[in-house]
Amino acid sequence: MCLAIPVRVVAKPNESTALIDLDGVQKEISLELLDGVEVGDYVILHVGYALARLDPDEAERTLALFAVAA
Amino acid sequence: MKYIDEFRNGALAKGLAHAIAYEADTARSYNFMEFCGGHTHAISRYGIADLLPANLKMIHGPGCPVCVLPIGRIDLAIRLALEHQVILCTYGDCLRIPASNGLSLLKAKARGGDVRMIYSAADALQLARAHPERDVVFFAIGFETTTPPTAVVLRDAAREGVKNFSVVCNHVLTPSAIMNILESPHVRTLGTVPIDGFVGPAHVSTVIGSRPYEFFAEEYRKPVVIAGFEPLDVMQAILMLVRQVNDGRAEVENEFTRAVTREGNLKAQALVSEVFELRRTFEWRGLGEVPYSALKIRRKFGAHDAETRFGLAYTSVADNKACECGAILRGVKEPRDCKIFGTVCTPESPVGSCMVSSEGACAAYYSYGRFRDVAVRAA
Repeated sequence: MCLAIPVRVVAKPNESTALIDLDGVQKEISLELLDGVEVGDYVILHVGYALARLDPDEAERTLALFAVAA
Repeated sequence: MKYIDEFRNGALAKGLAHAIAYEADTARSYNFMEFCGGHTHAISRYGIADLLPANLKMIHGPGCPVCVLPIGRIDLAIRLALEHQVILCTYGDCLRIPASNGLSLLKAKARGGDVRMIYSAADALQLARAHPERDVVFFAIGFETTTPPTAVVLRDAAREGVKNFSVVCNHVLTPSAIMNILESPHVRTLGTVPIDGFVGPAHVSTVIGSRPYEFFAEEYRKPVVIAGFEPLDVMQAILMLVRQVNDGRAEVENEFTRAVTREGNLKAQALVSEVFELRRTFEWRGLGEVPYSALKIRRKFGAHDAETRFGLAYTSVADNKACECGAILRGVKEPRDCKIFGTVCTPESPVGSCMVSSEGACAAYYSYGRFRDVAVRAA
């Protein structure tokens, strides 16, 4: 139910809407719940709304943690 | 896909499995509850349970909104569709939940009810705009992840004066449910459900942040590690929990730093508190009545509250007697302990709610794990 996926913002038709791309599938989503989203950002998408911005540096850090343990 | 595939890497999973087995103390046992259905699904789907040492057990928690929704609430939705003849919109997960009199929303649709599956809360409001002559009701369920979108459409409906749009609010709160489990006799006094720590929600926490869990770590001395929903995230979180237990620490740690901050999404939180207020009590399947564990629509938006608008009165309905969903949701029993699991109750024809959603403990176990305990015999 809380299923959400990281998607890339490819365009911003207006301040409260983003066009996103997920492996070639494009869809318009709402930015009503998240300020300051820019084209090129990855956001967490849930039921048509961006809920959080994905931090690429933190993602790299987490991946590095896995590698340390392994 | 970026930010998904890297977090499913098999070689790294093997390494993490080794690290967990190496660091887990063989002289003791570890019992961790993953609160979320999303984690339950990941653990089953990717076979994580098979990668863990024998003395480390994952207990499935009640964090699946479909599974904890009591029959009486679905009855309300069915009544709206069949008696009040509204256009009843809801997320796909809700359609097959078994309700009273052998009905479900899907069967109500077969009987002529106008039941529509939607992808987004915004689709429900759009339907109302497109059908001004009909009453359109959005049957909203979900934890803190799904609540903010419902708040957006309620605010927009009020702003635009979409008079034919209303919502049945079933939104529930994660911290209240965790508190209820920690206070339950199984955990507190009987010790039949030993919990050494929690894998904390991924997407719920993007909204509420990591701060609300600090209370559990301090007050109940239970470690919490917030984790993403990908398999490597779950394994890393388990490793972090093992380390906390070994060190005698009880802290809130965040494995899902790429999307979760301590404060969470303040804009979403503000909107939710503008539109909703706490319900004094709400019935959960498995947990019973839990005080201050759910939200209702504020009076300011009362014109869009379907419960007052249609005079809906909630009646509690007992679960099917053979169904063990209640005990499974509290972590007291496992799916295979249920007599009707996999025989009478299957994902195609579910008796209990834990078999309906793919995140439910029973459905996850049925789809990915039901042959795990069957001995293989060569012919």
